[in-house]
Amino acid sequence: MHTHSSEFDPHRNEPAAKPPLDPHLKALENEAIHIFREVAAEFENPVMLYSIGKDSSVLLHLARKAFYPGRVPFPLLHIDTGWKFPEMIAFRDEMAEKFDLDLVVYTNPRGDSEKISPFTHGSAYHTDVMKTEALRQALDAGKYDAAFGGARRDEEASRAKERIYSFRTPDHKWDPRNQRPELWNLYNGMIRRGESVRAFPLSNWTEVDIWRYIQAENIPLPPLYYAKTRKFVERDGMLMWAEDPRFVALPGEQVQEGSLRFRTLGCWPLTGGIRSTAATLDEVIAELEIATVSERQGRAIDRDQAGSMEKKKREGYF
Amino acid sequence: MTAHSTTAAEASNVVPITDAAKPLRDTRPLRLITCGSVDDGKSTLIGRLLWDTKAVKEDQAAALSRDSGKQNDLGLPDFALLLDGLQAEREQGITIDVAYRYFATDRRSFIVADTPGHEQYTRNMATGASTADLAVLLVDARSGLLEQTRRHATIASLMGIKQFVLAVNKFDLVAYDKAVFEKISHDFKELALSLGVRQVTAIPMSALKGENVVYDGRATMPWYDGPTLVETLELATTRTAAAGGFRLPVQRVSRPGESFRGYQGTVAGGSIKPGDSVAILPSGMVANVKQIVTFDLVRNAAVAGDAITLVLDRQVDVSRGDMIVSLDAQPMTGLAFDAQLVALQPGGIEPGKRYWLKAGSRRQRVSVQPVSQLELSSGKWKNHAEALPMNAIGKVRLSFDEAAIFDPYEQNRNTGAFILIDPDTLNTVAGGMVSAKRSDLGGIHRDQQRVLLSLPADLADELMATEIFAARRDEAEVRRVTSAAAADLFGEIE
Repeated sequence: MHTHSSEFDPHRNEPAAKPPLDPHLKALENEAIHIFREVAAEFENPVMLYSIGKDSSVLLHLARKAFYPGRVPFPLLHIDTGWKFPEMIAFRDEMAEKFDLDLVVYTNPRGDSEKISPFTHGSAYHTDVMKTEALRQALDAGKYDAAFGGARRDEEASRAKERIYSFRTPDHKWDPRNQRPELWNLYNGMIRRGESVRAFPLSNWTEVDIWRYIQAENIPLPPLYYAKTRKFVERDGMLMWAEDPRFVALPGEQVQEGSLRFRTLGCWPLTGGIRSTAATLDEVIAELEIATVSERQGRAIDRDQAGSMEKKKREGYF
Repeated sequence: MTAHSTTAAEASNVVPITDAAKPLRDTRPLRLITCGSVDDGKSTLIGRLLWDTKAVKEDQAAALSRDSGKQNDLGLPDFALLLDGLQAEREQGITIDVAYRYFATDRRSFIVADTPGHEQYTRNMATGASTADLAVLLVDARSGLLEQTRRHATIASLMGIKQFVLAVNKFDLVAYDKAVFEKISHDFKELALSLGVRQVTAIPMSALKGENVVYDGRATMPWYDGPTLVETLELATTRTAAAGGFRLPVQRVSRPGESFRGYQGTVAGGSIKPGDSVAILPSGMVANVKQIVTFDLVRNAAVAGDAITLVLDRQVDVSRGDMIVSLDAQPMTGLAFDAQLVALQPGGIEPGKRYWLKAGSRRQRVSVQPVSQLELSSGKWKNHAEALPMNAIGKVRLSFDEAAIFDPYEQNRNTGAFILIDPDTLNTVAGGMVSAKRSDLGGIHRDQQRVLLSLPADLADELMATEIFAARRDEAEVRRVTSAAAADLFGEIE
C-alpha cells in the first residue's frame, strides 16, 4: 500500500519504497497514462467502467497516477447485476472511500421487476439484460461521451483488432469492419453528439503483465483472487461458489468444501473457481506462469460459440 | 481442466514467461509488423511464433480445433483461425484489418501488428507500421521477391522503419537449397539498400515445420549458421527519441488547488531536469523547469516516453496543444510544411479541402495540396496535383491558419507525425509525416520589408514574453546563435 499521508502534496520526496518498474511495465504504464490524459482532455464527460476485477484495479491505479496530484477527474461506473460476489461489493466501496472516488452504481430496473436470474433465465439472457442493456442505460443516463474499460487485446480474438479509441454509434453499436484507423499514438477523439468512444488504456497489456504490475505496484485486489476454503459445487465442468442464499443445489449435486480461488471475477453463478492453494500474490503468480489455460476459460459467457464475444460487443457489451 | 491439474511433468515442459530468480528484463517491448500475403504463410508464421513461445493456451487451441475440425499434417491447429478474429474474416478467409498479437520469451516481450497483404490494404499496413521498429517481410521461397515485397518494403521504410527481416518461408519446398536462399537474400538486400535500410537479416525458414522460427533448423539446413527469427527479434533495437531536443506536447493542465499548476504530457523527445530552460510554443515564452512530478516521487530527470507533470518556475500562459521544448534545440514552427501522407479512406484526400490535423496534443485546421504520388510498383514519385485516392502515398504541402509545430519525421517520429480528420465525417482520413518547413520568408510575402535584429538573449526573451510579440509570433523567425555567429551574419549582409 502507498502510505502517503496526503494524496495532494506534490512536494513530497520520499525515498522510493519499491524498486523502479522494469522497462517493459514502465512502457505499458506510460502508454496507459497517456491515453487517460488524452481522453480526459478531449471529451466532455468521461466515465470509467469499474468491474472490481484485477484489470479494473490496475486501471484505477493508473488513473490515479495519470491525474496525480489531482484526483481522478471522472466518476467510476459499476454495473451491478445483483449477482456479484459480496466480497466484490465490499471491496468496491472500500476503494471508493479510500481514494475519494465518485462512484456511480447502476442496476437495470428490469432485474428487480422481472426477477431476472442467470439460473432461471439462462446466462445469455441475464448477461444481455443485466450487463449489456444496463450498461447502455447507464451510459445514456449519465450522458457520458467516453467510457474507459480495462479490456486487453490478448483476451479474445475479436479484441485483437479493437482500437484504443473504439468508436460507438448513438445506440452503442460497434462496427468491427469499419473502425477508424489508428496511427502512432494519435487518437481521433472527434465525435458527434450522442456518439461515444470506449477507451482501452490496457489494450497492449497481457494477463502476465497485469499480474506483474499488481505485484510491482502492490495494488490491492479483492480477496476472491486468493485461495481460501470456500463451499462450491461442480456444475457443467465449472466450480460454482455455493455460499449465496440464492444458491440451490441440483438433484445429485454435492456441496463440497475446498481451497478455491478465482482467476476472473463476475456474477458468481457464471464465474468458475479453480482449485488452488495460492493464498498470496506471489503464489498466484507462480501458479499463473505455469498455467496452460487462458483466464476466460472459467467464463460460461464466452464458451457458447465461436465469435460470441464479437456478437456481444457489436451490441454494446464492453 | 484447471490450472491445478497441471502435473509437474507438464509444468517442466512449459517455459515460464518470467523467472523470479532471474534479473528483470532490461528491454522495452519490441513492436514489429509482419507483411506478406496469406499465400506466403504469414498466419502460419505468426501462429508458429505464438505456439512455440507458449502464448497459445490449451482452451484456445481446443476452440480452434472445434471451430475448424481440421488440423494440418503436423497435428497442429490451423493457425490462421487463431489469428483471424473477426467473423467476417473467417467467412472470407482473408485478413481485413490490423490485429495485434502478444508473445514473450524470457528475454523480451513483443507486440506484433499483423497486417493484411492484399494490395488494397496499403492503409492497414501503414497503420501497423506507424508504431513498429522492425518489419518482417515474408516471401515464399519458391517465388522469391514479388512486386508486393517491394511495395511492403517501400511503405515500411516510408513509415520510418529502419530494421528489416526477410523471412524466406516454405524453405522445405525448395529442398533446403542454399543457392535459392543466397539469391533471394542478395536481391532483398539490394532492394533494402535502395530504400536506405541497412539493418537487414534474411532467414531461411519453414514456419509450418517450425524451423528457424523459435527453434533452429540445423537438422535440415546445416549450412545456415545465422540467427533464428526470434533471436533476431530479441536483439533488435527499439527506437527512442531520447536524442535531440526536449519535447513535451501538453495534454492537460493540472490545477488541483491554488498552489499547484502542472503541465501533463508524455515526453516526445529528449530529456529534461529541474533547472533546465524551456520555451513554450507557439508563444515563444521562456521559463525554467522547477519540478518533475509523478505519482511515485518527485523525479530528478525524465526522458522520452515518460508520462510526467512538469512544474515551471513562473506564471506563463500554457494550455493544451502547446509544446514545451528545450530553449536551445527547438522544433520548427510555421504556417507551411512539406509532408508525405497515406490516404486511408475511400474519399481520398482532396486538394484545398480544409481538414483537421492532429499532431501530438495539438489539433488545428490545415489545407492540403498534393504534389506527387508514389508509384509503388516502381518506387518512383510521379507529379500529381489532383485528389489522392485511397491507399495512395503522396507528397503534399500543408498550409495552416495558425502556427504549427513539427520536427522532421526522420528526426522524431513523435513530433513529426500527424493524422488528418475529415470535418464532414470526423473519420481519420490520412496519416502523415512532416519532412520540412516551407519558409514563408521568401514565399508569399517576398516583397515585404523585414528587419533583422541581433539582441542579447535576455533582452530577446523579455521582448518575446510581451503580448504584442506573442500575438504575432508566427511571423517572426528566431535563431539563437553566439555573438560571433551573429557578427559574421551581419557582416555577410553588409
